[in-house]
Amino acid sequence: MEKRVFFKGWWLPALLVAPQLLISFVFFFYPSGQAIWNSLFLPDPFGLKTEFVGLDNFRFLLSDPYYLASFKTTIIFSTAVSVSSMALGLYLAALADRLIKGAGVYQTLLIWPYAIAPAIAGVLWLFMFNGNIGLASYYLKALGYEWNHTLKGDQAMFLVILASSWGRISYNFLFFLAGLQAIPKSIIEAAAIDGASFWKRFGSIVIPLLSPITFFLLVVNIVYAFFDTFGVIHTITSGGPEQSTTILVYKVFSDGFVSQDLGSSAAQSVILLVLVGILTVIQFKYIERKVHY
Amino acid sequence: MVEKKRTGYWLTHLGLILGVLFIFFPVWLTFVASTVTQDAIIYPPLPMLPGTEFFENYANALFRGSPEGYGAKVPVIKMMMNSAIMAIGITVGKIIISLLSAFAFVYFRFPFRNLCFWLIFITLMLPVEVRIVPTYEVVANLNLLNSYTGLIFPLIASATATFLFRQFFMTIPDEMVEAARMDGCSPMRFFFDILVPISKTNIAALFVILFIFGWNQYLWPLLMTTDPDMRTIVMAIDSMIPTGDDYAHWPTVMATAMLAMVPPVIVVISMQKFFVKGLLESDK
Repeated sequence: MEKRVFFKGWWLPALLVAPQLLISFVFFFYPSGQAIWNSLFLPDPFGLKTEFVGLDNFRFLLSDPYYLASFKTTIIFSTAVSVSSMALGLYLAALADRLIKGAGVYQTLLIWPYAIAPAIAGVLWLFMFNGNIGLASYYLKALGYEWNHTLKGDQAMFLVILASSWGRISYNFLFFLAGLQAIPKSIIEAAAIDGASFWKRFGSIVIPLLSPITFFLLVVNIVYAFFDTFGVIHTITSGGPEQSTTILVYKVFSDGFVSQDLGSSAAQSVILLVLVGILTVIQFKYIERKVHY
Repeated sequence: MVEKKRTGYWLTHLGLILGVLFIFFPVWLTFVASTVTQDAIIYPPLPMLPGTEFFENYANALFRGSPEGYGAKVPVIKMMMNSAIMAIGITVGKIIISLLSAFAFVYFRFPFRNLCFWLIFITLMLPVEVRIVPTYEVVANLNLLNSYTGLIFPLIASATATFLFRQFFMTIPDEMVEAARMDGCSPMRFFFDILVPISKTNIAALFVILFIFGWNQYLWPLLMTTDPDMRTIVMAIDSMIPTGDDYAHWPTVMATAMLAMVPPVIVVISMQKFFVKGLLESDK
């Protein structure tokens, strides 16, 4: 879609887009190019000179068991976070949508955690599950279950998934509620008159009509789990124990800044760039489709 | 609701209330922990109702930092200022550059317009975390470490707001421009007197979303700021929990966590209508 009427001249629009282009070049395109460039080099251990190694960094990464483990961790983590927070968001939205009065009150009560930083969410859950003082670990111990996420990888994973999903429910709730409220009530009523039960209506009318929004949320939540959860992981586990919660973005950070392994960190950035690029293309396809119908 | 059944109605409320409790519970515990003494916390279980130390703990957190013997003494009032400057800088900066470039894309035809458009739109979904090491080097080379400019500008480089304004400008009837041009209105006059005023709701919606985005930044300030005076509250809380957890002064830490949550939560609740609009539209 284009405007038929527009202003003349080229220097004014050039001036108008200049600030954004400049910032994009300095802080986006140049660093991204730099990441791609660096991924082809290997600095020697003393940092005196770098050697061109072609795709060796990538080859090394893809045969590095730690990196592959981190890939697996990321897939488990992002799937668990996306699915659990979307399921809970849909469940609450479906309930709120049933109410004639009061849906707005529940919306207010449910959406504010969106404003809580992932790092702060991490601190809250860390406090509850702290091995010595946490309320949750205290009662788990009383029930005979030993909680120590600083030593047990599966418990650490559970905790970061819990903390990451908790803060994400409000987002999914809001989108699902908007999606549910956009479904014409007449369709639902027609099905009810024909004798379809609530679950039947939900399964064969509501779910299919929600599928575009579900797909959109899936992509957005995966991107969230890939990147925005850095704060949760950093505050709760710092990637441990024994790298059991080191997701890809955390590994870029720990290899690049903590271990100063710049070649490998750059190659990892490039792999992440490609992954996000693919997700962006998928998202764009979705937007296109949405605009055209 | 299509059919009305008593039990179903109450079960609906019950389900929602359980959800609300699950959402509130960790925050309630944090609030309780921020109002009791250290002893009440280190000998579990934590009580379920607030204690009497509210003013003491918050005054400590804000102006004095943890008491003697619990790591660094870092008052958070300065950090809250830094967070506010960063959040507002990102918000205002993004809105201004996005309004300008969206105006140019929609209302002008100029050479390389499509190329510029794509260059900006490629930045749409790529978060700073992906290119974190080279971006850090750029900022270091520009001597912007430990500065507000360095905190703010790299996070402005994203196209979400431009995209939103462009979509909105597209829906404005062409007759507006025609009428303005016929009356001899210059482009910038049209921008300031017509476009910006009718974009008010969209600007407010973006303000909420971007303020939260800015306030909650974590990794970037963590790398950027080595000077304690430049730290933001969200990133600083991690350093208040020393490894070997026992030595944290939990009431102060939890009061700090509350203080880090309150400003963005207030923005969301007080501007709820705009927040919902902004969230549903800007992420499309």
